[in-house]
Amino acid sequence: MGERVIAFPKVSKPPRYTVLAVATSTGASGSFEELAMPLFAQLYNLAYWLTRDRSAAEDLVQETFMKALRGFSSFKQGSNFRAWMHRILRNTYLTSQAGLKDAVSLDDDNPSPEPATVETPESILLVSCEQRAIESALQSLPVPYREVILLCDAEEMSYQEISEALAIPLGTVMSRLSRARRAMRALLSKTSQEVER
Amino acid sequence: MSCNLWRERLDAYIDGDCSPEDAGPLEEHLRACPSCSTEALHRLQVKRAVKSAAAARFAPSSEFRARIAQRIGTDRTSLFKTYWISGFAIAAAMLLAVLVATSWILHVERRQAFAELLDLHIATLASANPVDVVSEDRHTVKPWFQGKLPFSFNLPELDNTAFHLLGGKVVYFDHAPGAQLIYTSGKHEISVIILQGDSSGRFGAFWPASTAENGFTIETWAGPDLRYAVIGDTNPADLHRLAEMLRAAQRP
Repeated sequence: MGERVIAFPKVSKPPRYTVLAVATSTGASGSFEELAMPLFAQLYNLAYWLTRDRSAAEDLVQETFMKALRGFSSFKQGSNFRAWMHRILRNTYLTSQAGLKDAVSLDDDNPSPEPATVETPESILLVSCEQRAIESALQSLPVPYREVILLCDAEEMSYQEISEALAIPLGTVMSRLSRARRAMRALLSKTSQEVER
Repeated sequence: MSCNLWRERLDAYIDGDCSPEDAGPLEEHLRACPSCSTEALHRLQVKRAVKSAAAARFAPSSEFRARIAQRIGTDRTSLFKTYWISGFAIAAAMLLAVLVATSWILHVERRQAFAELLDLHIATLASANPVDVVSEDRHTVKPWFQGKLPFSFNLPELDNTAFHLLGGKVVYFDHAPGAQLIYTSGKHEISVIILQGDSSGRFGAFWPASTAENGFTIETWAGPDLRYAVIGDTNPADLHRLAEMLRAAQRP
């Protein structure tokens, strides 16, 4: 029996740290409108993921934009505008009624003991590709896990950017992301078991 | 290194946040370890599935976009307008306050100067000895002031005019000595007061001026070195005529 070779797709995207270096060195500058409007759609998308309601998402985005406009003078030109906007959106959400309801306190430093590895049955691979399964898994995640996965995977933010957006240290970004993914995998695994039955 | 340790770095590798020093050995391990490469494949698959499921999943309506764009625009304009208008209002109010204060000060100064000069004129006429040098001859009066005043001046020729010179005396106005000359025009007495200095000092706003109050008329002007005031209860036209003659007399 010959050696089993798995065709592992290479990560095609160039490592983000080089891209980030360019983005940081150039920095954001321009009028509020010029900087903020290109982020409008993705901020709305994230707001919807957080609130799971259209009018609540609209309120959240509107409040975020108004707050950001008022506070634009305090934004340091040349720093990361996207992270700054996300931070405002997130703080606005956390202080909103929906946010307070969803508030989950996470102890990032003392994680509950979890298995280091989770078995990967083939069925999970199939389920992972199913958009509905991913969507419902994301919806079931507690907000802090949901947002860190969304910022990393959907918004493709670097760890540094996420750290700025969530106002948490870089190490916490990595540990929270790791735990969020494990939780996500557990949910998908549950779905795959249901499918198998 | 055990697979567990490699797997701790898998996320950073998949997310493109892995340093080049870590990426090389990790890739080498992935090529050699089917279990870890399956794990990596799975994580990458989930990551991509999340992106396709979640990114741009919910799109804002065009009305909402327009509303936000308009609010940003309007707010900026209204902020600008507010700042501009309030800035302008403050500047205008300050300017107005300065103008009012300045004109009030000038008004007070004028009134004070007028009152003092009128007092000099009336006090002189009420005195038993209105003049210290009694002469109709300007060539007598003018030299009399020499040594009494730190300046000199010319007096007009009065032949064939309605004016007569009675004489003169030294007066004090604003703590400085000056010449007062008394002329008559018919039954009316007219004082001519000549002071040192130009219009830049105290009561500066009073030179030049032409004003009438309580039946008295006053006309003032300033030359390069001297200030002149003509005051009396004669009609303003006569008073002006005398003033013109004095002006003409100063020209070399």
